[in-house]
Amino acid sequence: MANKSLPTSDFRSPTSPKLRIVIVGHVDHGKSTLIGRLFHDTHSLPDGKVEQIRKASEAEGMEFEFAFLLDALLEEQEQNITIDTTQLPFRTASREYVIIDAPGHKEFLKNMITGAASADAAILLIDAHEGIQEQSKRHAYLLSLLGIRQILVAVNKMDLVEYSQERFEEVRADYTEFLSKLGIEPLDFIPISAKLGLNITTSSPELNWFSGSPILEALETLEISAPPEGLPLRFVLQDVYRFDERRILAGRIETGSLKVGDEIMFWPGGKKSRIKTIELWNASVAPTVAAVGEPVAMTLEEQIFVERGQIGGHPGEGPAEGREIHASLFWLQAESLAVNTPFTLKIGTQSVEGRLVEITRVLDSSTLEPLPGSPAALHKNEVADVRIRVRKPLAFDRHDRISGCGRFVIVTGKRIGGGGIIREAEYAGDQTVTSDNITWTISPVTREARVEHLGHRGAVLWLTGLSGSGKSTLATGLEYQLHRRGLASFILDGDNLRHGLCANLGFSPEDRTENIRRAGETAKLMAESGLVVICSLISPYRADRENVRHICERDGIPFAEVYVNASLEVCEARDPRGLYKKARAGEIKDFTGLGSPYEAPETPEIEIQTGVRSLEDSLQELFQFAVDLSRSTEQAVGGELERGSGI
Amino acid sequence: MDHLDELEAQSIYLLREAYHSFSNLCMPWSMGKDSNVLIWLSKKAFCGKIPYPLLHIDTTYEFPEMLEFREWAQKEYDLELIVKINEDARAGRGSYTTSVGYETHDPVTVTHELKTVALQQVMAERKFDALITGIRRDEDSTRAKERYFSPRNAEFEWDYKDQPPEFWNQFTTALEPGEHIRVQPLLDWAEVDIWRYIEREQIPIPTMYFARPGEDGKLYRFRSLGCWPITKPIPSEATDIPAIVAELMVTKTSERAGRAQDHHERNAMQKLRAKGFM
Repeated sequence: MANKSLPTSDFRSPTSPKLRIVIVGHVDHGKSTLIGRLFHDTHSLPDGKVEQIRKASEAEGMEFEFAFLLDALLEEQEQNITIDTTQLPFRTASREYVIIDAPGHKEFLKNMITGAASADAAILLIDAHEGIQEQSKRHAYLLSLLGIRQILVAVNKMDLVEYSQERFEEVRADYTEFLSKLGIEPLDFIPISAKLGLNITTSSPELNWFSGSPILEALETLEISAPPEGLPLRFVLQDVYRFDERRILAGRIETGSLKVGDEIMFWPGGKKSRIKTIELWNASVAPTVAAVGEPVAMTLEEQIFVERGQIGGHPGEGPAEGREIHASLFWLQAESLAVNTPFTLKIGTQSVEGRLVEITRVLDSSTLEPLPGSPAALHKNEVADVRIRVRKPLAFDRHDRISGCGRFVIVTGKRIGGGGIIREAEYAGDQTVTSDNITWTISPVTREARVEHLGHRGAVLWLTGLSGSGKSTLATGLEYQLHRRGLASFILDGDNLRHGLCANLGFSPEDRTENIRRAGETAKLMAESGLVVICSLISPYRADRENVRHICERDGIPFAEVYVNASLEVCEARDPRGLYKKARAGEIKDFTGLGSPYEAPETPEIEIQTGVRSLEDSLQELFQFAVDLSRSTEQAVGGELERGSGI
Repeated sequence: MDHLDELEAQSIYLLREAYHSFSNLCMPWSMGKDSNVLIWLSKKAFCGKIPYPLLHIDTTYEFPEMLEFREWAQKEYDLELIVKINEDARAGRGSYTTSVGYETHDPVTVTHELKTVALQQVMAERKFDALITGIRRDEDSTRAKERYFSPRNAEFEWDYKDQPPEFWNQFTTALEPGEHIRVQPLLDWAEVDIWRYIEREQIPIPTMYFARPGEDGKLYRFRSLGCWPITKPIPSEATDIPAIVAELMVTKTSERAGRAQDHHERNAMQKLRAKGFM
C-alpha cells in the first residue's frame, strides 16, 4: 500500500504556473545524476527514499549514485521498462518546476522534442572531461529550431578535471563559438559536479574561482514564457459551428487581440467581414474583446465563406500566402523522407498535401557545415534546409516573426514524422518593385466588384504537353463549353503568341523561358480582368511553369497546371501538322520530344490522358474542374463544405 | 491570463481539435470532479451544446449518491447519455462461468472486467473512434507520460514504449485499422487546479467530496471516487473548497491512495492501464 514513488504530493500548484525545464546533452554527461541531485537537494523526494536506494545499492555491491534516484522515481529499476517522455515536478521556496525528461537512448530525440517543444528553458549539460560531443551540438541545434531562448550551460564533472578553471574556460570558449553559429547566447555557463553536489544549490569552495550563481539560483532567474506581446492578430480558425441561427467561428488567438466591430480578413483568400459578437457560454455579460492565448467563438456581420485552417487577421497585417515554403526540417521517423514523396503538412489548423521539391542541404550537426552531394532523402534524426511545395495555398508566417504560424509538422502514413520552421515569407506590402520609378496604379474597380459583375472569378488554366498531345483540341472545346455556360474565357495559344507578342523569340532554352514568362504575365493580367484564361503551350521546362504559377499566385490568381498527357508514340502517330515528320527529317531542330527535352509535371492539379480516354470524357472532366476553379468562394457558403450544422 | 485561464484555453483547444478530427467520439463520465470539469469545458468549447454523447460505465457498485447526481446532471446539462454495464460478467453468462464481483474477486480483476471490458464492449457496439478522458499527469506515474492524443490498438493496448511524437499542438489524428485515440484534455491540470477551477466557475459536484461525520463520529471525505466496496474516505475536516485546497497543500498521501485497485499488487496501475484502463 506504499505510495507510488513519483512524488505526486509535490505536484500541488499554488497560483503560479510552473517553469518547464528540459535537460539535454551527450549521453553519459550526467543528465540523470543532475536530475536526481536537483530532487534531492530541493527536498522533493519522498521520505526515506534516499536511504532506501542507498541500502539497495549496497546490497548489490554498487556505489550509491544520484542517477539511481531518477531511476527509482521512474520505477525503471523495478520494472525494467523504457519510459517515454515524462514530467517530474519539484519545488523551491519561491516556485515550482517541472523537469521534462526523456530517458532512454534509442528514441531520445523523438521524446526530447515532444517534451522540449513546450519547455520554457533548457540546461545543456557538458562533461568537462570529454568536452563538446556530437549530441552536445545536435541538441543545441534542435533547441534553436524549437525556439527555446533561455539556455544555461552546465559544465559537469568538474571533480574529474581537478576543478580546473582553465579547462572550464576552454569548454566555455569552444561551446560559445559553436552556439553563436546557431544564434544561441547562453544566459550563463556554470561549473558543477552533479555527483558531489557542487554548485547545485550553493556555491562550492572547490570552485571558488567561479563568481556566478549555482544552478538553482540561476534557475530562479528564468522566466516562464509569456505569450508574445505587440504582434499582429492571428486568429487560428478551428471550426465553423452552426447553432440555430448563428454561424460561429471557433478558434484561438495565437497572437494579437481582437474586438467586436473589428474588420477581420481571412487568409488564404483574403475574404473580409466584421466581428459582430464574441460568444461565451455561461457569461453574464458577453465579452467585447479577446486577447492573445484565448479560445474565441465569434459571429460575423456579413456571412463570408471561411473554413477550418484559415487565419484571421486585421487587413494590411496578414500572414504570407503561397504554395512554396523554405524551411529547416528535422526528421524523427525510421523511414526516410525522400524528395517528391507525398505527405501531409500541418501548420496551425491547416492541413494540406505537399512534398519536398528539394533538399537544399543536410547539415552535419557536428560542424553545421552542409554535407557534400545533393541528398535525395532525409534520414532519421537528420536536420536539413528544404523547399516544400503544397497543393493549395497556405497562410503562414516566418518563424522568427510569429512562431505559432511559422512551424509545421509532416505526417506520413498515420504518424507525425518530423517538424520544421519556416525561414522565409514574402508579405504583401513588402513585395519589392525593382525600380523606384515604377509604381502600381490601383484601379478603383476591385476584384470583388469584378467577381460580382461576372459571377465568377478569373483564373489561369495552363495546358502543357507534347506537340500533338491534344492541348489545342481541349482548349477550344473547353472555351466553347465555358462560353455556353456564361463564363468569360479566352485562349492564349503558344503558336498564336509567337506571331505577335513573342515574334522576336526563337527556340533556344533562353528564348523558350522568355516566351513562357510573357505568356504567363499576359495570362495573369487577363485573369485579373476577370477572364478564365486557357493557356495552350508546350512549355517543356518545369521551372518555367513554376515561374508562371508564382506570377499568378503572388497576385492571388488561381492557377492550375493541366498536364495533357499522351505518349510520344501517340503524338507522333497523330502528327496533325506534320511537324514530327519534319523533325525526323531534320528540317526542324530542337523539336520538343525529339531533339529537345520535355519535363513532365510532377504534381499537376489535373492530368488528362488523351491517348487513353475519349475526348468527350476528358473535356467533361476539364470543364468541371475549370468551373470549380473559377467559382467565387462566396458561392460555396452553405454548401457541403460547411460542417457542424448537426449540433 | 492566469494559470487557470491557460489550462482552460488549452483544454478547449484540445476538445475542439478532437471534435474536428474524429467522426464518432464520446466522453466517458464518472460523475467525479474531473469528469464534471470536462463537461464544463465542453460547454464552453461548443457554446453550450455538447456535440458528443457521454458514457457512464456502470459497474453496479456505484454509490447511490453518484447515481442521483447522474440523473440530476443529465437533465441540467441536457446530456446525451449512454449507460453501459457488463451484464454478462455480473450475471456470469456468455463467456463468464461465474458472476464477477467484489464479493468473489480481487479488485484488479473486477476493475478490468466491469470497467475496461465494459468499455471494450460499448466501443465495439458503437464503433467510437475516440474517447475523451479526464486523466491527469499528476495522478499516477504511468499517466505522467501520456500524450494529449494517445493511440490505442484494437486490443486496447497502449504502446508506452514507443509513442508517436507530439509537439506544437499537432496531434496523432489518423487511425490505423482497429485503433482508437484517447484524447486527454486535462493532462496538464493538477488536483489543486481542478479544485480552484471548480470553485471559480461554481461547477456542481457530488457532495461526497466534502467532509461529514462517519460512523465513529469523526469527519471524513472522499478525495477520489470509484466503486463503493473499494473506495475509502480520508479523515478530513474540509467542508468547502478553500478547506480542500488548504488540505492538499500539506498532505503527504497521494490522491488515489483510497482506491484499492491501484495498490492491490505492485505496479497494478501499470498493468491495468497497459490493458486499456484509463
